[in-house]
Amino acid sequence: MSHPLIDPSLASEPVATPRRRWSVSAVAHTLEKLGLGFFAPFIRLAAGDNPQEQLREIILSVVLPILAIAAFMAAWSTAATRVHSESMKIPSPAQTWSAWLGILEFAKGEAEKEKAFYARMEKLAEKSDAEAVAARADLAASPADAGIKARLQKALDASASYRAKPYVGPPTFFDQIQTSLITIAVGFSLATVIAVPIGILCGLSRAFNMAVNPLIQIFKPVSPLAWLPIVFVFVTALYHPAPDEKFFTRALLISAGTVTLCSLWPTLINTAVGVASIDPDHMNVAKVLKLSWMQRLWKIVLPSALPLMFTGMRLSLGVGWMVLIAADMLAQNPGLGKFIWDTFQNGSNKSMAEIVCAVFAIGIIGFLLDRLMLVLQRFVSFEEGKSI
Amino acid sequence: MAYLELSGVSKSYGSGASRTPVLDRISLAMDKGEFVAIVGYSGSGKTTLMSLIAGLIEPDSGGIIFNGREVNGPSPDRGLVFQNYSLLPWLTVEGNVRLAVDRLYGSESACRRRERVRDAVSMVNLTPALAKRPRELSGGMRQRTSVARTLAMNPSLLLLDEPLSALDALTRAVIQDQILDIWRAQHQTIILITNDVDEALYMADRIIPLTMGPGATFGPETKVELPRPRDRKALNHDPVYKRLRHDIIAFLLNERRQRGSGSSQNSVKPSPPSVRPRDITSRGFGWFTRKAPAPTSSHEAVL
Repeated sequence: MSHPLIDPSLASEPVATPRRRWSVSAVAHTLEKLGLGFFAPFIRLAAGDNPQEQLREIILSVVLPILAIAAFMAAWSTAATRVHSESMKIPSPAQTWSAWLGILEFAKGEAEKEKAFYARMEKLAEKSDAEAVAARADLAASPADAGIKARLQKALDASASYRAKPYVGPPTFFDQIQTSLITIAVGFSLATVIAVPIGILCGLSRAFNMAVNPLIQIFKPVSPLAWLPIVFVFVTALYHPAPDEKFFTRALLISAGTVTLCSLWPTLINTAVGVASIDPDHMNVAKVLKLSWMQRLWKIVLPSALPLMFTGMRLSLGVGWMVLIAADMLAQNPGLGKFIWDTFQNGSNKSMAEIVCAVFAIGIIGFLLDRLMLVLQRFVSFEEGKSI
Repeated sequence: MAYLELSGVSKSYGSGASRTPVLDRISLAMDKGEFVAIVGYSGSGKTTLMSLIAGLIEPDSGGIIFNGREVNGPSPDRGLVFQNYSLLPWLTVEGNVRLAVDRLYGSESACRRRERVRDAVSMVNLTPALAKRPRELSGGMRQRTSVARTLAMNPSLLLLDEPLSALDALTRAVIQDQILDIWRAQHQTIILITNDVDEALYMADRIIPLTMGPGATFGPETKVELPRPRDRKALNHDPVYKRLRHDIIAFLLNERRQRGSGSSQNSVKPSPPSVRPRDITSRGFGWFTRKAPAPTSSHEAVL
């Protein structure tokens, strides 16, 4: 017989719940911190943590977005049947999917071709190796024979050149993604390296800030397309790569330089604001402790500016990724932008579908980059939430 | 010659027409090891006074001599405990204290410095919270960390700028006793700024009221000749305590009535008096009920 005023469910609560619930909430919290918050209610639900509330959360964070995506797909399908020019038309979702499968197929084929190429080269190299061994044996018999010496040298050279020969095939979609990621990494790193010190100086010194502020305000809104020719001149004038340079090509540097010029502003401005808006109490602490200028910078100013600095870097990376696509197109840097442009120029019946695939890839990669920065930002922020 | 001497110290903020005098010809002489409390309304320039003694700002006129030398900048032997703790939020309790220790005792071995940090933290009974960050601490623990950071510098003059005003009554009582214990053990000279007359009476040797700003100056000082250690509960019934308390509060209220009766010259923000007028009329109040929040409007009725 239960007392009417006592909720019987309370009595039947398992004893072990509090401990488990703590760990569940820790896991959920970690997910939220990693920017994967929409998984959290599933885990809480699986742990039996307030099912009603978790279901509501799931509806909000999962079901509604799925509905929105479905509505978008419907609109897209409708547009695909109606919108078309003489030579091109908007691909339907199904066509896009098959184009995506085609891209995968092509990449797979290329990978196989590459493997076969290297196997063939290895075989040739082994043949030359065998010749070299034979030549060496002959040389042991008659050490002074110049003809045998030349034969050995030729065999060794041939073997080395077979092994060193790279596979030259058309870049796959994933090679292009890789190129884009390398370009943004170079451009963004450069932007950070330039923007953070200048931002710190702006924040520390009012005079410096007043001096450079007009330049910042004028250059900040400039479009990447306007920067590109200027970067082009700089790179071609100052950078002379070896003819067989594969990695840091001029096109990559032009693209990266344009990304740098467009993406350094948010980092610069946020760093300046972070440094300038340091809590005067913290500066008083520095004064009472009589910290030197460098100690103030390292122990007080930089740590307190770090969260805003990372906010700026996150914005910068977002801007940089957007700029990159345009820069790739114009600089002919073999990244996603060039892929889109080339595919568009190509004008085959699959082109538009492949471009839509690239659009999605650009969006998803941009989203992942943003999440990455968000996680970093949360790790350096000291005010919000508990650290993991 | 006094250990700490302020002679005719004045300080104004702003310039031209908007110039506001904050402190007007303040003079004070303190002996070594003395504990002086300065009470006054918020906005009367108490924090300015502390910053002047700490050397964070310079007086417009007059001078401060500490231990035979003129004060012309901050120094670790004048340790300041800030009203709002001023802990660095990205450092742990240990890190905050270590910042001070490393700065002052950088030449000592790492082991010895760690010992200093631990000693300072244990002095305020915070050893269990060594690895916590300020946001994980209660207000009282934050202020104790701040006190530990200041104590780690071994200051001979301790400047306490309303260190306890943001804390609840229970925590206040605990930290007041901790500060008194440390003072008894280490014999620093202490200036405590407070808006709580009871706190001043419980802790200090001498109480000096600051008149209401702008242009605040010192009122008549009160010597607190109550035997130490003082017993909170017994004090409430001590006739000397009651008389001193009444006198100081009467002075402060009178100040307010003269200076602040609706005149626009009073540029101080119109905050209610921090000394709760309700206390005058209440009889035999208990220590722990002191901090019961008085409705803002009720003090007007009393005045």
